[in-house]
This record gives sequence, structure tokens and C-alpha cells, in this order.
Amino acid sequence: MNATGPAVVAEGLTKRFRSFTAVDHLDLRIEKGEIAGFIGPNGAGKSTTIRMLCGLLRPSEGRALVAGFDVGQQPEAVREHIGYMSQKFSLYGDLTVRENLRFFGGIYRVARGEMGERTRFAITMAGLQEREDALVRTLAGGWKQRLALGCAILHRPPILFLDEPTSGVEPEARRRFWDLIHELAAGGVTILVSTHYMDEAEYCNRIALIDRGRLVALGTPGQLRSRHLGGELFEIRCTPLGAALHVLQGAAGVIDAAIFGDRLHVVLGPGGLDQAGLPGFLQEHGVSVQAVRTVTPSLEDVFVRLVSTHHGGQDSS
Amino acid sequence: MNIRRVFAMAYKETLQIWRDPRSLAIALLMPLMQMTLLGYGVSLDIKHVPVCVYDQENNQQTRGIVERLVSSGWFSISRTLTRQTGIRRAMDRGECIAAIVIPANFSRELAATGSAPVQAILDATDVNTTNIAIGYLQGVVAQINAALDAQWAEAHGVKGSLAGQVELAQSTWFNETLDSRNFIIPGVVAVILALVGAQLTSLTIAREWERGTMEQLISTPVTALEVMLGKLVPYFAVGLIDAVFCLASAAWWFRVPFRGNIITLFVTTALFILVVLDIGYLISVRIRSQLGASQVALLITLLPTTLLSGYTFPIDQMPAPIRALTLIVYPRYYVTILRAIFLKGSGLADLWAPSLGLLAYAVIVIWLAARAFQKRLD
Ligand SMILES: Nc1ncnc2c1ncn2[C@@H]1O[C@H](COP(=O)(O)OP(=O)(O)OP(=O)(O)O)[C@@H](O)[C@H]1O
Ligand SMILES: [Mg+2]
Repeated sequence: MNATGPAVVAEGLTKRFRSFTAVDHLDLRIEKGEIAGFIGPNGAGKSTTIRMLCGLLRPSEGRALVAGFDVGQQPEAVREHIGYMSQKFSLYGDLTVRENLRFFGGIYRVARGEMGERTRFAITMAGLQEREDALVRTLAGGWKQRLALGCAILHRPPILFLDEPTSGVEPEARRRFWDLIHELAAGGVTILVSTHYMDEAEYCNRIALIDRGRLVALGTPGQLRSRHLGGELFEIRCTPLGAALHVLQGAAGVIDAAIFGDRLHVVLGPGGLDQAGLPGFLQEHGVSVQAVRTVTPSLEDVFVRLVSTHHGGQDSS
Repeated sequence: MNIRRVFAMAYKETLQIWRDPRSLAIALLMPLMQMTLLGYGVSLDIKHVPVCVYDQENNQQTRGIVERLVSSGWFSISRTLTRQTGIRRAMDRGECIAAIVIPANFSRELAATGSAPVQAILDATDVNTTNIAIGYLQGVVAQINAALDAQWAEAHGVKGSLAGQVELAQSTWFNETLDSRNFIIPGVVAVILALVGAQLTSLTIAREWERGTMEQLISTPVTALEVMLGKLVPYFAVGLIDAVFCLASAAWWFRVPFRGNIITLFVTTALFILVVLDIGYLISVRIRSQLGASQVALLITLLPTTLLSGYTFPIDQMPAPIRALTLIVYPRYYVTILRAIFLKGSGLADLWAPSLGLLAYAVIVIWLAARAFQKRLD
């Protein structure tokens, strides 16, 4: 593996299924040791991108280097350097925990002297000490996912692709899973993980927001928060909410307004309304305002906004 | 190719076969069942074979011969003819599968020379029945000859058999021993192993696709050849057990004489099983659903194997283009080999040609299957 280059580079990476473009000219660069999150709604093209990076799908256009190897030209070299956990659980349900580990250990040619230690590590990591001889199909979701992770890292791959590893797993198990991801990253492993849980985005070093096959935003959680909202975010407690939303949506300086629970979230850009002017403006229109405060936007706010402008742009074009 | 990965594949596949005892039981018992069905199917005794009689002389002596035919229980006279051309018509209509022609000078010749011919014309469309009928006819002729001997001895007051003989003039172009069972049972073994073998492996790749395990497997550095060899190992064992069952029942249950040696039998059988398993595997690689794969395996093995392997329909009786076609019907080589080992006691040196045919087949199919296995989802 290239000692200095990035772990993953994609340039104009594109995948078409007949006339449908699932991934559309994606540019990406993931440095070694990063946890990169792929976030996007269903059908955004996350799995398709990951499969191309693993050499499982041939790119229709563009290219990608993983560990310095071209995924289209040298897929076998790529496979030597990666671990992959597919979105759909894909260990052998009719084999036991230990048998699955032994199988993948053999397939990855884990040194025989190391097998015992690696197997123990995977079993402990998955919390399966008592269930080593249980058939895998009898395990609950969280255990299955951690075992799948254990199988994918038996051979200590420098790069790990995890496709929605926490989907359908209860919150407690999800948190444990993310602890494991962080431990691996601390050990120098580059991890590309996809999810559609917005809260999980916060656990990543860098986030790629994907929608309809396109890269909509790329950056650290902090960068995305400040850069992509286009202004400052305010939370307004007022009644009636509907009327307030209506007047704000047309007002000068308002970039975005949306109902958020029993409050309003409003993004104000430069020029036009500002925080001081808000209560007066609303009261003029018959809305009684209880409180206005600035809030740190959650990534969810950013995504909702980015995805909606992205769609708006596409629909009008 | 890495032997460690082949072992890992074989280990995993063996466990999966072991954990599915129903399928394993079917794989082991099916051949025995088919052996019983097909084995008895082809060698059932046939009674009342319909024959036409054209008795040109038609006197007491010749009528006696016809009576013997009927009283044996094996034949029934479906029609008595008065013209030679009637034979063809009767056969075309399926009224008889054998015609007995007794020449006009039969009695005179028998008295004068001590032997006289009776002609038997056989409809060979159904080779089994034809062979059985020939056997019966010979039996009846032997009885008649014995009776003639007895008459002669009585008339001349001496013992011995110098007397008149009826000769059955027939064309024995197939199965010189005239025992259809000995001839056909080895063929049945070949057919069953071809069918069962392809079924065994036809599901193995489709199963990985259907259960979603394929995506994980092809994301690893395992190669197409390693996957194939690893998967074939346990099925090879199952196939060999099936072969032992079938061959043992051929020798001990159906009592086909075994004149060859075990080593020749083992080597050629192992080669044949490798071919049939790999055919199934090739199908499996191409067809991603278990149901589809199993049906295709049945379809493409059943018809060629039963029709063109020479197990019932002799290859040298086929028209030239079809005969050429049988060269790619791999069971024909094994049918030839098994018959030669069982009935003639041939060794490997005698069987180099069909063995080479199987070997070539194995190499080509392994190559095709390894090439067909793509480590891609698209
Ligand atoms: N083999 C295929 N043939 C045709 N279309 C496909 C194929 N695979 C994926 N697609 C389509 O491409 C689009 C992107 O799919 P993909 O699985 O990459 O999305 P995703 O972001 O992983 O979504 P999810 O969150 O549901 O897993 C979807 O519209 C999907 O229907
Ligand atoms: Mg997906």
C-alpha cells in the first residue's frame, strides 16, 4: 500500500444501471486513519458507491483508487487491503460463530499462529464469549453486526468499508458499535461507513452527504454546520405557528423557515431581518412571540436544508 | 491458487452439507431409489410378445412349431399372414414386434439335411423388448430341438442328438449374451450418476446468491478456482458414495457379472464424477436461482443422457450426424467404460480412449466454470 497517499480517491466516479444513474460523477478523497461518513436518504447511491470502491461493481465512468489500486483494473489487489461489511447481513447463518471466524480466517489467510488470538479478539469484541458455538442465524441483530465486523477485520485490513452497519440495531447496540469503530480508527484503520441515522454523522471525522447519486456536501461536522446553512439559525417560540411560518417564508433576509416541534427554526442571512427585528416583525403580523434565541444547528438541520435545495435545483432544471 | 483457501471453502461447504441432513439424505438415497426403478424398469420380464406368423408350408409339423411359441406363454399370435409384404404393414401398425417366417420347404429340408431355418424378423425400435424377444425365441427353438431329438431317438431306438435341428436365423446385432439386464444396468448406473451429480452441485452457487452470502465472499481475495475446488471436495465425497451404492447394487442386487478390477473402476468413476459435478457447478455459476439451476440441470442432463448415451439406444445404430453428436454426451464414455469393465474385464489400458474423453471433458468444464465465475455483482 502506498505509504503516503490518501486511502481512497474517487474522480468522477459514476455508475449507471441501464439509463438510470445511481452514482453521478462523485469526487472523494479520504485520508488515512479517517472515519468518513456516507450520509444520504434511501436510494442516494451509498451502497453503489461502496460496492464500486470494493471492486464489486465496475464503474461506468471515472475511476477510484483504494489503497493506491485502481478498483476497475486491479480489484484483486484492492480486495487484499480491505474489509467489507455489506448492508445485508451476509455471514453463514448455518455455521456457528467460531466456524464463521475460522472460515474467513482461512479465506483471508490469517497466519495460523495468529488465528487463535484474532478469533478471541473478534469474539470478545462482539461480546459473544458465551455463544461461540451458537448458530449465527440464532443471534440477535446487534451481535450479528458485531460478528460481521469481527469477520471483516480478522486480517487487519488498513481500510474498512461498512455499509449501514447499524441499521435495524437498537440504540444501545448502535452506541457500542460506534465505540468499536473509534477503537479501530485509533489503531490507524481508515473507515468509510454509511448510515442514514443523522445522529451518527456526528461520530465521523468527515461527512459526505450524498443525494440522488451526487455529492452534495463534504466536510467535518463543524464545517458543514457553519458553511452550509448560509446564515444563522434561530429558534422562535410563538403562536400561532402556521401564521408565523407563512409570513416569515416571504420575508426579506429569511433563507429558510420550518416548523420544528412546537417551535420555528429560521435561518437568517445578511441583509433584511436580524435577531433584534424578529419579534417586532412577527407581532406586526399578529403573531405573539414568547422567545427568540440562537441555536447551534444540528447536522440534521443542515442536511434537511441541503437536500431540499438540492432537489429544488434539480426540479427547476 | 492457495491451498489454505481451498481448505477453508471445503470446510465451510462440508459443514453446510452436514447441517442440512434432509438434502444429504436425498442425495444419498435418491440414486438407490432410481437404481431400483430404472433397473427393474428395463429388465422386467415381458409376456405375450405379439408376433405375426407367415407359415408358407403350413402342415402339421410347422403348425406344431407355432403352437410351441404360443404355449411357452411368452408370445401371442396377433396375426396369421399369407403374404411376405404383410409383415411390414403389421409392424408399421404396431400389431407385432416380431414376425416368424417358416419357409415352404421347411419339412422337406429338415428331413433331408437334418436342419432347417426359421426366420425371425424383429422390430428393433424398442431394443429392450427386442432383445428379450430374441432370448425367448431362442429358448423356444431350443425346446423344439430337444423335442425333435427325443422324437428321433425314439424312432431310431438310440440315445444321442444327431437328429434334425431347427435353426433360428436372426440378426443379433446387439448384446451378444442376449441378457438385457447385464447390458443395461451398467448404463443405468452412468445415467443415474450423471443426473444426481449435476443436481448435487447445481445449487451451490445459487444458494450463496439467494442467501446474500455471495456479496461477502466475493469481497475477499478468494479466486474463482479456489471457490470451485473447495466446493467440489465435499460433493465429490457424496458423489463417490452414490457411485459405490449404484455399482454395488449393480453387482450384487442385479447380479451383473463383474470381471474387471476395482482400481480401473475407481479411477474412471472418480473422473466421471468430477465431470458431472463440474457440469452442475457450471450451471450453478450461470444461473443465480436455486430453482432455475436445478431445473436446467435436470433438463440438460436428462434428455441427452437417456437418449444419446447409448445406455438403451445403441450408438452405432444411430444416423451419422447424431452419432457425431454423442461425442459431446459425456455419459456415453462412462457407459462404454462400465460395460467394458463389468462384462469384458477391461483395464485402463484398453479404456484409454473413453477415459481420455472424460479427462478432456473435465479439463474443459473446469476451465469454463472458473472463467464463468465473476467476482462482480453486475
Ligand atoms: N443492480 C441494480 N440495478 C438497477 N438499479 C440499482 C441496482 N442497484 C441499485 N440500484 C438503484 O440505484 C439507486 C441507489 O441505490 P443504493 O443501494 O446505492 O442506495 P443507498 O444509498 O445504499 O440506499 P439505502 O439507504 O436504501 O441502502 C437506487 O435507486 C437503486 O434502486
Ligand atoms: Mg444501501
